[in-house]
Amino acid sequence: MKKRNLSLWAVLFWLLVWQAGSMALHSDILLVSPLRVLQTLLALIQTTRFWSSLLGSMGRILGGFLLAAALGTLLAALAASFKRVEELLAPLVLAMKTVPVASFIILALIWFGSRNLSVFIALVMVFPVMYTNVLSGIRARDDSLLEMARVFKIPALRRIRCIDLPQVMPYFRAGCTLGLGLCWKAGVAAEVIGMPVPSIGERLQQAKVYLDTPELFAWTLVIVLMSVGFEKLFMAALGALERRLTRL
Amino acid sequence: MIAIHKLCKAFDNKAVLRDFSCTMEDGCVTALMAPSGAGKTTLLRMLMGLETADSGEISGLSGRRISAVFQEDRLLENMNPVDNIRLTAPKLDRAVILREMAAMGLTDCENQPARELSGGMRRRVAILRALLCGADVIFLDEPFKGLDEATKALVVAETKRLCAGKTVLLVTHEEKEAAMMGAKQVVRMEMDVKNTSV
Repeated sequence: MKKRNLSLWAVLFWLLVWQAGSMALHSDILLVSPLRVLQTLLALIQTTRFWSSLLGSMGRILGGFLLAAALGTLLAALAASFKRVEELLAPLVLAMKTVPVASFIILALIWFGSRNLSVFIALVMVFPVMYTNVLSGIRARDDSLLEMARVFKIPALRRIRCIDLPQVMPYFRAGCTLGLGLCWKAGVAAEVIGMPVPSIGERLQQAKVYLDTPELFAWTLVIVLMSVGFEKLFMAALGALERRLTRL
Repeated sequence: MIAIHKLCKAFDNKAVLRDFSCTMEDGCVTALMAPSGAGKTTLLRMLMGLETADSGEISGLSGRRISAVFQEDRLLENMNPVDNIRLTAPKLDRAVILREMAAMGLTDCENQPARELSGGMRRRVAILRALLCGADVIFLDEPFKGLDEATKALVVAETKRLCAGKTVLLVTHEEKEAAMMGAKQVVRMEMDVKNTSV
């Protein structure tokens, strides 16, 4: 059975610490209580603006993630086959890994404006992770199995489905897990700066301006839930797709 | 007929095969016997198209479907025996595979992934994969290694039956195995890489 990373008792313990902290400070601006956050969230979800902000951000950030996953996988496959492609992409990938996300956000604001900012930022953050992981996975394939496929003249599509895919998938999955966390963090950060409307980032920025800490915490909770929920959904869908593709 | 003419291969200036020549008659078993390190695996790799020779030539293989039992099993660990066999023979009926598995003493394991099979079971799956894929040239690199005597007798008999009429190169250290497989020709490779045919 898969070991759970989160224990209920530990979550409850930190919630109690949070509650005790907010009671001690006795200021909603400094540290709002978890109960108040929940109340704010319940009030928020009854508004249409909540849903339009949520869907707006989700569409852009996950669009950027999916684009990065597709592009990263495709270019990793090309780089594994052609040394020149790998050499060509190496400086770009290094730049994406090392340039601070804030620099990318400001540059993207100048180039594209705020509307599709989070798509671009999610793409820039997730692409190097997916590219590097998938390339490592392709490189780590068992040569003896590839030789077996060559000797038996197994058609390319069947080889990819039955031999390559099961070996590369653990690397792809690891990239997706990391990338999904990254894209929400970087995407929302970009929205806070660019303030596209409607978006979660714009709501966070407004909460900051009006010192509305309960709403700030409520939106943060929404981001965490979205990130975790989508990761679970995506991984389950990926597992089902993998099982279907690798079946003979 | 498959003809190997003056084949040479060296790795890092160290000769592994030098002017090796032999022929393999079509439709029968040829046994290749040699001490360890004589270059058998290198020769097989060249015959299978996995290595290129430095000089010399191999004729009689183009356009023919080949299969092999490697020294290692090279099975897909997550797949069960039936799917491992169907990987190279997708049109083969499941019932036929199960029948041939049973003939090799592989029963009640058709749904187990390869990683859960014993060494002997894995070996037999690898042998069946090579024999059932419809190849007309089959390379067997010490295929019965690691099987106990009783299982070996059964597996050799089944292998011989399934190889009937096919061109087979059997690499073995044991004269007895060559005889049990009904080898019509025995090629002996010596350490100085000169061949003698019996």
